Amino acid sequence: MIRFDNVSKRYPGGHEALTNVSFHLPRGQMAYLTGHSGAGKSTLLKLIALIERPTRGNLLLDGVNLSQVSNHKVPYVRRNIGIIFQNHHLLYDRSVFDNVAMPLIIAGYQHREIGKRVRAALDQVGLLSKEKCEPITLSGGEQQRVGIARAIVHKPPLLLADEPTGNLDPELSRDIMQLFERFNQVGVTVLIASHDLDLIQQMGKPVISLSQGMLVHNDLQEVADVTL
Amino acid sequence: MSRSEANRQARNAPFKAYWIHHLRTLIASLGMLSRHPLSSFMTTAVIAIALALPTTMYAALNNLSQVSIGWDNSAQISLFLRPEITEKQARALMAKLKLYDDIDSVKLIPKDLALREFQKTSGFGEALEQLGKNPLPHVIEVKPVIDQSRPDKINHLIKQLGQLKQVDLAQLDLQWVKRLYAMLEIAHKGIWMISILLGLAVLLVVGNTIRLDIQNRQEEIKVIKLIGATNAFIRRPFLYTGFWYGLSGGLLAWILSAFSVGLLADSVDRLALLYTSDFQLSGLSFAEAMTLIGFSCFLGLAGSWLAVSRQLNDIEPS
Ligand SMILES: Nc1ncnc2c1ncn2[C@@H]1O[C@H](COP(=O)(O)OP(=O)(O)OP(=O)(O)O)[C@@H](O)[C@H]1O
Ligand SMILES: [Mg+2]
Repeated sequence: MIRFDNVSKRYPGGHEALTNVSFHLPRGQMAYLTGHSGAGKSTLLKLIALIERPTRGNLLLDGVNLSQVSNHKVPYVRRNIGIIFQNHHLLYDRSVFDNVAMPLIIAGYQHREIGKRVRAALDQVGLLSKEKCEPITLSGGEQQRVGIARAIVHKPPLLLADEPTGNLDPELSRDIMQLFERFNQVGVTVLIASHDLDLIQQMGKPVISLSQGMLVHNDLQEVADVTL
Repeated sequence: MSRSEANRQARNAPFKAYWIHHLRTLIASLGMLSRHPLSSFMTTAVIAIALALPTTMYAALNNLSQVSIGWDNSAQISLFLRPEITEKQARALMAKLKLYDDIDSVKLIPKDLALREFQKTSGFGEALEQLGKNPLPHVIEVKPVIDQSRPDKINHLIKQLGQLKQVDLAQLDLQWVKRLYAMLEIAHKGIWMISILLGLAVLLVVGNTIRLDIQNRQEEIKVIKLIGATNAFIRRPFLYTGFWYGLSGGLLAWILSAFSVGLLADSVDRLALLYTSDFQLSGLSFAEAMTLIGFSCFLGLAGSWLAVSRQLNDIEPS
């Protein structure tokens, strides 16, 4: 699903955030991405979502070389990715329902279909009763779950999450990680960046570790060996 | 339902959804404006005033031109013949003039008749009798064929007639109408200039309003881009907002100019009475009003387009 091939990313300031990163995340696989603060986790996810472009190397998403995706095709690539951010990125001038409906409206779904899918997504994150609420009236954990519902409502084959449990207490964090596991169980490829090592160990999924922009640990190697 | 019909419906569905989405965005952007009624109204008012000014001037000028066209049709050239020309010679000249293509009709005013008229109307009757001799020449009144498209033709005719050996002086009775005409033409050009400048102002007002709107919603735009929205999708509500500004501004401009013309109409009526004219001041015709509103909508759309297309590319998620 995701293949990094000697990818480097140097920011305009001259700082090299990623250096020669190579790994392969197979379709339907779930993995965690860890590393110290500033190791390059967010940068790696941004390259996949085409928020940033690699300086060197090739990045293949579902067989498509992302360096060959022109700017005006970027939205269509993003529609196949559900992205979850630490700070939710919700739209605070509309209801929970309208927030979650956004990806469907963008993709041009019909009205009736939108209602059905939004409620299904909210049901999966346990927020069906809050569809009419304003996001601002929800707790941090609830807002995070609205963000997750929005990321999965159009059933993308790939989920990316950047510190999805950043501000949450341990119990809530585990709930959210379990939510991701449930999506993975129905075939969604999931990549989660987190520095909560305790939690990651509990989840027992493959881990990729970055240190100063370099890949220092890769459980996926073994996964690949097994699946090949 | 047959299978092919079902297929067709399925194929039409995204198409229909697309238009429904457009309609929703159109209405949603109207709703957005109504959420900030004061600032929306102020923008609309600025647009309306900027458009009402040249519109009212245009309407007023249009009326004036119509009046002048009326006068123009009754334009006459008076040929004052040389004093030694006899009435017989005058009639011979008249017959010749009738053959001119550019001359519609001719009429002789013999000097005796002219003197009697003058005595009657001027009040100088006694003084003129004292003169003993009739000081007036024979006059031929020439009614030229009016060609609106070629106002210089009449000047040419005057010159031609003035050069006839029997003629002392050829004079267009309504020379001042010509001057008014020329001034109106200058005014027309002036109005065009003002219209262009104020149209540009409307473009900038809408553009700037939309630009601020986009700036206020930068975060939102970034988020929507991350979810996979195309620039076209993001642009749409802003374009519709610009359209609404244009439409409401155009409508208000129409009302304002109709109101201004109405205010003028009273004094014009009085003026028209003085000149025993049945002239009535009229506002914009329906077609003209539609042109105004259409133009205004176009300016709104164009202004927002300029603002949006310049900014959207710069707002990228990071
Ligand atoms: N837009 C940018 N311009 C310049 N340098 C950047 C930019 N974004 C990130 N960096 C640098 O790249 C390095 C990696 O940043 P990144 O955000 O990927 O780290 P991270 O692993 O996500 O850290 P954290 O755990 O704190 O979120 C950092 O040193 C950071 O300063
Ligand atoms: Mg980060």
